[in-house]
Amino acid sequence: MSVLEIKNLQVSVITEAGNKEILRGVDLTVKSGETHAIMGPNGSGKSTLAYSIAGHPKYLITGGSVTLDGNDVLEMSVDERAKAGLFLAMQYPVEVPGVSVSNFLRTAVTAIRGEAPKVRTWVGEVKEAMASLNIDTAFSERNVNEGFSGGEKKRHEILQMELLRPKIAILDETDSGLDVDALRIVSEGVNRVKANSDLGVMLITHYTRILRYIKPDFVHVFANGKIVEEGGPELADKLEEQGYAAYITA
Amino acid sequence: MSQLTTNYLTPTGREEAWRFTPLKKLSGIHDLEVPVSDRISLSAKSDLPKGVTLSTSSSSDHPPAYVASDIVTNRVRKEVKNVTVLAIENNLELAEPIFLKRKCGPTPEVSRSIIQVGINSRATVILENNGVGKLGEEIEILLSAGSSLNFISLQEWDLSSVYVAQHHAIIGKDAQFNSYVVSIGGSTIRMSPTVEYTGTGASAEMYGVYFATDEQHLEHRIHVNHSVPNTKSRVNYKGALAGKGAHTVWIGDVYINKGAEGTDTYELNRNLLLTDGARADSVPNLEIETGEIVGAGHASTTGRFDDEQLFYLQSRGIPAEMARKLVIRGFFAEIINKLKNEDIEERLMARIELELSRVGE
Ligand SMILES: Nc1ncnc2c1ncn2[C@@H]1O[C@H](COP(=O)(O)OP(=O)(O)OP(=O)(O)O)[C@@H](O)[C@H]1O
Ligand SMILES: [Mg+2]
Repeated sequence: MSVLEIKNLQVSVITEAGNKEILRGVDLTVKSGETHAIMGPNGSGKSTLAYSIAGHPKYLITGGSVTLDGNDVLEMSVDERAKAGLFLAMQYPVEVPGVSVSNFLRTAVTAIRGEAPKVRTWVGEVKEAMASLNIDTAFSERNVNEGFSGGEKKRHEILQMELLRPKIAILDETDSGLDVDALRIVSEGVNRVKANSDLGVMLITHYTRILRYIKPDFVHVFANGKIVEEGGPELADKLEEQGYAAYITA
Repeated sequence: MSQLTTNYLTPTGREEAWRFTPLKKLSGIHDLEVPVSDRISLSAKSDLPKGVTLSTSSSSDHPPAYVASDIVTNRVRKEVKNVTVLAIENNLELAEPIFLKRKCGPTPEVSRSIIQVGINSRATVILENNGVGKLGEEIEILLSAGSSLNFISLQEWDLSSVYVAQHHAIIGKDAQFNSYVVSIGGSTIRMSPTVEYTGTGASAEMYGVYFATDEQHLEHRIHVNHSVPNTKSRVNYKGALAGKGAHTVWIGDVYINKGAEGTDTYELNRNLLLTDGARADSVPNLEIETGEIVGAGHASTTGRFDDEQLFYLQSRGIPAEMARKLVIRGFFAEIINKLKNEDIEERLMARIELELSRVGE
């Protein structure tokens, strides 16, 4: 049982023109097995929250705390956070020239599990995970995300999540850019990991479509750098009908 | 057979062929005013197999087999009194590579060598350039009909060394020349791997890897001259750069002359900038004088390894230093693996990782 606890988190983005305040006191607790949907208008700070938890260097934490099972996440380096059990499926996965997917996956899994996976079982494990996400095995030899289509990148994020077996995963608009079939396949992937490992999920999305596949336990409305309302799955439907106008003016 | 060119001048840096090269760093190898020694710097690393000889003889017995335009090559020809000749007799199949080692000194010197591969023979020659040196060199590589040569030159010089070299292969009918150039050490390297063909069915594969760090200048000037029908060339050079003032230059000149029908050529150069402050120049150049070819193409790309990539890899649990190593290893593997010698592959990667760890020191 793991708990990610975000308390009064305040974050600025570091820009050339100076620091700009984005997160204005975020409180959120995600436990193993729970799924939290985060919905909110463009630019409200959802990705900022995701990146801050993962430790992206362009964000400055100005206040508050983030802990995973009581350990101070903000004190950890980026790779330590991953080793501690955090995973971020990025809204815009990064292309890494020179590194093949297979090499990348093996290196990442070795780093996170603390030992190299057994060659015999590893090849099968990757093949199976790729097959279930409908990823052609030819991708193994391609460079990470290089020339991948938007949807292919998203599927590879989930592939990584499946192999790295995190405790808590943040999925930042993993559903954007997926066609209907891919959305179902990716959602099934997330649900599979949840079923196998009691994963806690923070699901950032603009659409209720994905919530039909991945059922949220909680829905949080994010506006202007913080959570402004919380509820159950029914809140998502209300947002889809009424939009965010009520929260932006509030 | 051509004559020695005598009417050449010290380059000023304004010449097209010298515009990228930092002449000040060449220790006078290019400068006709600076005296150079012509002692023999090349020797066999271990006993040579039967049918292979390494000897020295008067350069007048070995007039150049082609016209050289490079100033340093011409200077080498003029200054060297004794050439080193590696001769591989006809119909010899060598399973083990022939290792040649280099011993230079701290002052400027020149060297001229000839590698002769007999008819239908197959061999691998590995030239290990390391230590301290200020060397200007020409190696003439003659592939007889039906022969095959893997020629590997490893530049693992000390970081103070200077190396200006032309390695020119003349490829006979149905012969296969495979060139592998790896440049890691040296303060300034200017290498010209060049090839020409004298018979149909001749083929060249030219691979290269270079890794430049702080203030290092690594220049590779490939020249392929297709002048007879049905010949083939493949060029693939990959370079990575890290640190302030790291500079690489890649020139890929491929000429398909009139009469070179059936030519098949493709050249590729990829550069990876690992940090800010490094610069990679890449100039592919394809000139085609006949329409009757099989294929001709070139590509050149320069990509960056930036903070976003570092963050991405780290966010998957990979520590920062390992992330950089991973990127470099993966980038170079395609070519380094072709050397088919695990000891050398590991040694080269270790040197690359050592240089990487010292960037900015
Ligand atoms: N370098 C920067 N300079 C100025 N503003 C920035 C910079 N980086 C981010 N921001 C701003 O921070 C705010 C929050 O961005 P963030 O990406 O977190 O939003 P989001 O909620 O994820 O939006 P979306 O739904 O469009 O993905 C935005 O207004 C964005 O313009
Ligand atoms: Mg976003």
